Amino acid sequence: MKLLIDKANIEGIRFYKAYRENGGYASVEKAFKMSPADIVEEIKKSGLRGRGGAGFPTGMKWSFLAKPEGVPRYLVCNADESEPGTFKDRYLMEFLPHLLIEGLIVSSFALGSNRTYIYIRGEYAWITDILEHAIAEANDNGWLGKNILGTGFDCQIYVQRGAGAYICGEETALIESLEGKRGNPRIKPPFPAIKGLWDSPTVVNNVETLAAVVPIINMGGMEYAKIGMGKSTGTKLISACGNINKPGVYEIDMTISVEEFIYSDEYCGGIPNGKRLKACIPGGSSVPILPANLLLKTAKGETRLMNYESLSDGGFATGSMMGSGGFIVLDEDQCIVRHTLTLARFYHHESCGQCSPCREGTGWMKRVLYNLEYGKGKLSDIDLLWDIQRKIEGNTICPLGDAAAWPVAAAIRHFRDEFEWHVLNPEESQVRNFGLAHYADQLETLTA
Amino acid sequence: MSLQFSEQSLSKVQEMIARYPEGKQKSALIPVLHLAQDEFGGWLDVPVMDYVATLLNITPIEVYEVATFYSMYNMKPVGRYLFEVCQTGPCMLRGSDDIINYIKTRLGISVGETTPDGLFTLKAVECLGACGYAPMMQLGKHYREHLTPEKVDEIIEECRKLSAINN
Repeated sequence: MKLLIDKANIEGIRFYKAYRENGGYASVEKAFKMSPADIVEEIKKSGLRGRGGAGFPTGMKWSFLAKPEGVPRYLVCNADESEPGTFKDRYLMEFLPHLLIEGLIVSSFALGSNRTYIYIRGEYAWITDILEHAIAEANDNGWLGKNILGTGFDCQIYVQRGAGAYICGEETALIESLEGKRGNPRIKPPFPAIKGLWDSPTVVNNVETLAAVVPIINMGGMEYAKIGMGKSTGTKLISACGNINKPGVYEIDMTISVEEFIYSDEYCGGIPNGKRLKACIPGGSSVPILPANLLLKTAKGETRLMNYESLSDGGFATGSMMGSGGFIVLDEDQCIVRHTLTLARFYHHESCGQCSPCREGTGWMKRVLYNLEYGKGKLSDIDLLWDIQRKIEGNTICPLGDAAAWPVAAAIRHFRDEFEWHVLNPEESQVRNFGLAHYADQLETLTA
Repeated sequence: MSLQFSEQSLSKVQEMIARYPEGKQKSALIPVLHLAQDEFGGWLDVPVMDYVATLLNITPIEVYEVATFYSMYNMKPVGRYLFEVCQTGPCMLRGSDDIINYIKTRLGISVGETTPDGLFTLKAVECLGACGYAPMMQLGKHYREHLTPEKVDEIIEECRKLSAINN
């Protein structure tokens, strides 16, 4: 089922005329006949969870927004998509910019935001132009500006480009950056809902979350909640990459199995060159990597599904997370040590430097992993890595520390033998990869 | 001060400042620095940053601390064409190491270096959000995706031609 990108292939849908002719902006017309409180209620009923990675219920987040008299409130759209493996928001904004603008108008009305900002990662420069064009079109057609459609509601949307900093996807760092500062996360509380942009109450939501507001208002929260299962309601965009035949952005209702997602022609289309599946990071680089056997089946032997509950089944011991929906597939030729090194290097590069466990720990992990990868490691380095990641996790202001610790922890947890093999075979590991080892054999027993 | 934005850029700066409430003009810093980098030779020299501080009525240190934080601002001169090749996990799985090595050989420079003619700079960067279209690089405002050695050759050729026209 597709609610968000079903119209992405219609010719000219990027522009107002085609978008409007295909039912665009109907949710704004409907929302303006409702009260802001009723809109928040619909979002609550829908069960929509934040699509940026944390999965926090959107309706609840909205209901926390403080509404002191005479103080402006702000809605900020988080388009700083930078979690490795994630490129779904880019797709939405590039091909369906008006869907985001429509969702932003409804959400701004519900929250009482008269100035709404889209904070987009600086590298998406051409998408900034696309969004600004869509905003201009919406203005020209009376969907933005003063007294929109005679409701007395004023709203303007502005796009702000970042300048290359993963940390600005964290909502308080994003707010700092929007204020023209370094992207250093703030200590919470106070939460942005009380004290956010320019100390005013602020809601920060992901692009996909705000786009999902459109179908929710159109179909009603109850109807939306019927799609999917459990607490994974509605549809989710998954950006699939790595060693698969058909990398790209897919919209799924959260009932299909991971196996179907990887192997069916409707989605990833299997693994190229007849290779076998080694491992997968199902929700963006921060979430735990899983070996093939634990990816396709839970530790209890149940089929693993593409939703919040099933992907996290087993906790971090045997499960992972839905995260941002950045789905990274590794085939049998890939080296876990090298892959983990690239992620450790990424987090070290992106650490803002405020908290010492993260600032020092990410660099330390990178150096130890570098030694292991290049044949200079010791067996004790593996325990050292484990120790460092454990001391970062939970000891930083923002979740970047956790995000840096988890991939290293999961790689050691599930692929310790591969790390040991690197240490014991320093020369061979430079020319050959460890391959599948025992977890793939287990998989064959499972699927036999 | 001799350094000054063009008329067009100056009005763009005013438009950027107007996006924020009265007195919050510092919020325009990041977009104005992009504009400055584009207009003043592809990097942010100290006089450029000081000029931006004056424009926004903030202190120079407020500009320096921001300019040095974000990876898109160049703190030293770069070639006319900046190849920023992604090297993070998903791109690595699709062969970004080979692409980086190929560019190094083709241009005869290491990562972080500029060719002697000042045309090309090679940078290895972290995830740019194009993981499904890997390997890839950013060149100016746009992404070049699904890179192969042949495509890299074409891009280098394209830059050389463009540069010959603009000279």
